Amino acid sequence: MAESKELLLETCLLAGKIMMENGSEVYRVEDTMNRIAANAGEQGSISYVTATGLFMGLRSSHYAQVENVHDRVINLEKIVAVNGLSRAYAEKKISLAELHEALKKVNPTTPSFPYWLQVLSAGVVSSTLMIIFGGAWFDFLPTFIIGCLGFLCAYWVKKVIDIRFLDMFCASLLIGTLSVLAVSLHVAQNVDNLIIGAVMPLVPGVAITNSFRDILAGHLISGTARGTEAIFTAAAIGVGIATVFTLFGGIS
Amino acid sequence: MTIFIHLSFSFLSTVTFGILTNIPKRALVATGIAGTVGWMIYWSLKTIGYGLGSANFLAAFAVGCVSIFFSRRKKMPMIIFNIPSLVPLVPGGPAYKAVREFVLGDNFVGFENLMIVVITAGAIAGGFMMTSVVEKIVNRWQVKRTKKRHPDKKAS
Repeated sequence: MAESKELLLETCLLAGKIMMENGSEVYRVEDTMNRIAANAGEQGSISYVTATGLFMGLRSSHYAQVENVHDRVINLEKIVAVNGLSRAYAEKKISLAELHEALKKVNPTTPSFPYWLQVLSAGVVSSTLMIIFGGAWFDFLPTFIIGCLGFLCAYWVKKVIDIRFLDMFCASLLIGTLSVLAVSLHVAQNVDNLIIGAVMPLVPGVAITNSFRDILAGHLISGTARGTEAIFTAAAIGVGIATVFTLFGGIS
Repeated sequence: MTIFIHLSFSFLSTVTFGILTNIPKRALVATGIAGTVGWMIYWSLKTIGYGLGSANFLAAFAVGCVSIFFSRRKKMPMIIFNIPSLVPLVPGGPAYKAVREFVLGDNFVGFENLMIVVITAGAIAGGFMMTSVVEKIVNRWQVKRTKKRHPDKKAS
C-alpha cells in the first residue's frame, strides 16, 4: 500500500512539473494533480503549486513530497500530452504504472517543429508585427533577417553558456548593433521600428500577462515569481539595446 | 487594402508564434483565427478612438470566447489557443522600451511605457476573467441540457 501511494505522489508531481515547466496556468496544474489522485482512489489530496516548486500530500497518510521547477519555457505541445495522458487514466485506459512510464517519456519524445522553421517563424513574427504596429514596407526584409539572427543568437548562447538572462542580453545586443548598422548603410529607414520588430519573439509579453492572470486568480506567489522573471527578461533586453545606443551615441 | 494587410499579417504572426511555442499542428489554423479576431477588434476599436484599456479588454474577451469555442470543438486545453493569439496584444514592446528609457536616463518616457504595460496586461487579464465567467455559464447550460435530454445519464 505504501508503495502505491509513493508511486501516486511521484506520478502527480511529475505531471505537475512537466506542466509548470512548459507554461501552464497554476489552476490547471493543481486540477490535473488532484484529478489523478482522485482517480487513483485518494479523495483527499492537497496540492500546493507555485511557479518555482510543487508540493503534494495525501490526507489519508503522512506522505508528502516536493518537486522543484527550474526552467520555465512555453512549450504547449507537452501540456497537451500530459492532459491527454491524464484523461486516458481517468477513463481507465491505462494503469498508474503505465501513466508514470508515459509521463517520463513526454520530455524526450514530444515532437517539436524543425529548427529552421522556428528560426524562419521568428523572422515572420518580427516583420509582420512590425508592419501592423505601423512600420514601413521598406523595413520589412531587414526586420525579417534581424529577427531570425536575434532568435538564433539567443538559442546558441543559451545552449553554450547556460546563464539565465545572458541569452536575452546577447541577442538584444546583436539586434541593436545590426539595426544601427542597417540604417547607417541605408538598407533600412527607422532604427526604432527595426528593433521593436526584431525583439518581438524574445520579449516577455505573454509572461507579463500570465503573471497578471495568476495574481487575479489568487495565486499570488506564482504571479509575483513569474512577473519578476518577466521584468528581469525585459530588463536584459532593454539594457542590451541601451548599451548599443550608448556606444554608437545618439543615432536616431 | 489596409484591412487586408492587418487581417493576413495578424494571422501570420499568430501562427508563427504558435510554431515558436510549439503548439500541436492541428491547432495552428484555429489559433491563427483567434489571433486575427483579437487583433482586428483591438485595431478597429483603437481606430474609432477607444482607449488602450477598453480596447485590450474587449479584444482579450473576444480571444477568450473564440478559444472556448475551439477548445470544445477540438477537445484541447484552452491555453493552446489563447497564448499564441495574444502575441499582437501583449505589452512586450513597451516593457523593453520602458527599461531602455530608464537606462538612457529619460525617466518620464520610461514611466509612460511602464503605465502602458500595466494597463495592457491588466486589461487582458480582466478580459480573460470575463471569459471564464462565460465558460461557467456555458458549462451550466450544457449540463442542464444533457440532464433534460438524458435524465438518467450523468453529465460529463
